Amino acid sequence: MSVNLQIGEDGRLRHFLAIEGLNRTLLTEILDTAESFAGVTEQSVKKVPLLRGRTIVNLFFEASTRTRTTFELAAKRLSADVLNINLNASSAVKGETLLDTLRNLQAMHVDMFVVRHADSGTAHFIARHVQPHVSVINAGDGRHAHPTQAMLDMFTIRREKGPDFGRLSVAIVGDVAHSRVARSQIHALNLLNVGELRIVAPRTLIPAHVESLGVRVFNDLHAGLRDVDVVIMLRLQRERMQGAMLPSEHEYFRLYGLTEDRLSVAKPDVTVMHPGPINRGVEMDSQVADGPRSVILEQVTYGIATRMAVMSMAMHSTPRQENDG
Amino acid sequence: MAEGTLHIHGGHLVDPANGIDAPTDLYIADGRIAAIGKAPDGFRADHTLDAGGLHIIPGLVDLCARVREPGQEHKATIDSECRAAAAGGITTLCCPPDTTPVIDTPAVVELIRHRTGQARAARVVSLGALTRNLDGEHLSEMAALKQAGCVGVSNALRPLASTQIERRAFEYAATFDLTVFLYADDPALSANGCLHEGQLSTRLGLPGIPEAAETVAVARDLALIQQTGVRAHFCRLTTERAVRMVARAQFDGLPVSADVAIPYLYLTEMDASEFNPEFHFIPPLRTQNDRDGLLTGLRDGTLGALCSDHQPHEADAKLAPFPATEPGASGLDTLLSLTLKLVQDKHLTLSEAIARVTCGPAAILNLPCGELGVGRVADLCLFDASAHWQVKRENLLSQGKNTPFTGWEMPGRVRFTLRDGQPIFRREAK
Repeated sequence: MSVNLQIGEDGRLRHFLAIEGLNRTLLTEILDTAESFAGVTEQSVKKVPLLRGRTIVNLFFEASTRTRTTFELAAKRLSADVLNINLNASSAVKGETLLDTLRNLQAMHVDMFVVRHADSGTAHFIARHVQPHVSVINAGDGRHAHPTQAMLDMFTIRREKGPDFGRLSVAIVGDVAHSRVARSQIHALNLLNVGELRIVAPRTLIPAHVESLGVRVFNDLHAGLRDVDVVIMLRLQRERMQGAMLPSEHEYFRLYGLTEDRLSVAKPDVTVMHPGPINRGVEMDSQVADGPRSVILEQVTYGIATRMAVMSMAMHSTPRQENDG
Repeated sequence: MAEGTLHIHGGHLVDPANGIDAPTDLYIADGRIAAIGKAPDGFRADHTLDAGGLHIIPGLVDLCARVREPGQEHKATIDSECRAAAAGGITTLCCPPDTTPVIDTPAVVELIRHRTGQARAARVVSLGALTRNLDGEHLSEMAALKQAGCVGVSNALRPLASTQIERRAFEYAATFDLTVFLYADDPALSANGCLHEGQLSTRLGLPGIPEAAETVAVARDLALIQQTGVRAHFCRLTTERAVRMVARAQFDGLPVSADVAIPYLYLTEMDASEFNPEFHFIPPLRTQNDRDGLLTGLRDGTLGALCSDHQPHEADAKLAPFPATEPGASGLDTLLSLTLKLVQDKHLTLSEAIARVTCGPAAILNLPCGELGVGRVADLCLFDASAHWQVKRENLLSQGKNTPFTGWEMPGRVRFTLRDGQPIFRREAK
């Protein structure tokens, strides 16, 4: 069902809801398209007219700065009209149902929804109920998926390490249990045939039967980082100290915080990533975050090209398709 | 057929309580079974019913069906659901106390009885609230509720504030020989969960409800049942381990019974893989292994009853992202057919399967129905075992069209339902 939902009858991307259900060819196409847009974003005139006249609505039911901003920039660089709607402050409190909100916005003839919501499954729900010409892009739903973040991470890894994921060992460190980013990264890395995929965390932050997603579980950071090519750190939410997930930030940093010293067991050319925002001194110390092996700011930059790729592909208006036409 | 005596001939009687599974005629007078097999002396039938090709079983007793009235008439009403029940061969259904207002005063019991009387369909019996307004803290007036006709007490899906309150509630219920109907749930472990904690909850990033939410509660409840001597019934068990714990307690002589709701025998956690809210259940659908454990418990009698756990909803209740939808499925229309499908799939014999929806639940509720001995109330269901039907939302008679079984081929079609010897439903043969 999710396969049908994301891929149109013509075999092209229709909605972008989750990595799960897509295939390697499509992921590679997204990365290649993003590569062609990366040039655009580095020029002094950073616009292409691919989505001129289209209207994109950023429908955010959860606060976000980075994701919403990069989606907005991506849409603007594709020459689309962008509407930002923060629903924490409007309909959601007035008791309007999600479906009513959606129908009202659709009545304004929009072409795409970029959606973030605290409930897992929201993007799927919306994709099931939009008109046939409207596309939905998931900008994060609950703990389920954040597929554009995963794609920009794949883009970053490919730029750093080359296209052969098969020779890479990747470790994802931190709160996998509550992370939609981690879930999407795991699916993407496995679809791209990563050599080895590890997750590293105390057992309170590892979800049930996580091995079924295709990962090796490590509880010890030292063992988990040995000889890895890429380390992806996850953000630790402060509220995990309540609810008995963790005793303290101090102990977490002592056991799972990334320092130069800890990183020494990884490959010498290890790449350090983080989806942001960083808690310095909790997940990693500043020396690593700002150090030569960190690509955290590159991730942000690549986020724009990646989102341009996904948006234009879902609207069937990529540079290549334009040339074909 | 109206008032008067009735002779049902040519049917195949299955009455598990009395060990009958044979072609047998039935004679009914004054709403009761006057004779089985041979007409009593001087019996003159005012009416006859040709049951050729049909099975005759006691009217089904559904241990848990929410009729949504009073309080949620936008979902369903006593009238709509009692008619749907009759069409499903159900003659008695038991309503848990989580109505609005809660069934915690004789007035609400009386209201339900009054509305049922008008419906002329299935009868409704109700469970009284264990605590006032189901608040989990203050005992309800259980003696008054029993006097008003409640067949047991329950806190439905709401938690009790402490084990001490649970202990006192058990002691007080035991004082009046009331059965306590328990949902085994540890609220701290199940908090915010909407799916079994397992492979799928991890994949979908949905907050999970671990198996231990049920087993921890069963262990605690069993200790307090032993301490207080109360008669208790575990509602809607979902895990294989909990079934084994209850089996052990029964073996040890504790006065405990248990049931399972029929969707849990066909569906597992994996069915929700596309965020389809028709598979949103509380307690949650569990694993294949749990499903097998429930079937074993049903077969060996640890689970004495099979119920619909009917929860009709308006369409909007399921039109939201999965965690925001209301749990539960409409089940009156499919209870008998899904029970017969257990026989078709060779999990149970016909007699065992029918027992779990008739005399089994009747015994748990201590009601004089669910079997067809001479002198018993003539609650009957006559069905055509060879007829099949396909589940379609628009064909459900319940006001709630929310079913996870859309598109399923179902065996068995009810042709006649009689309550107190009076027809409350008939469907023409095709």
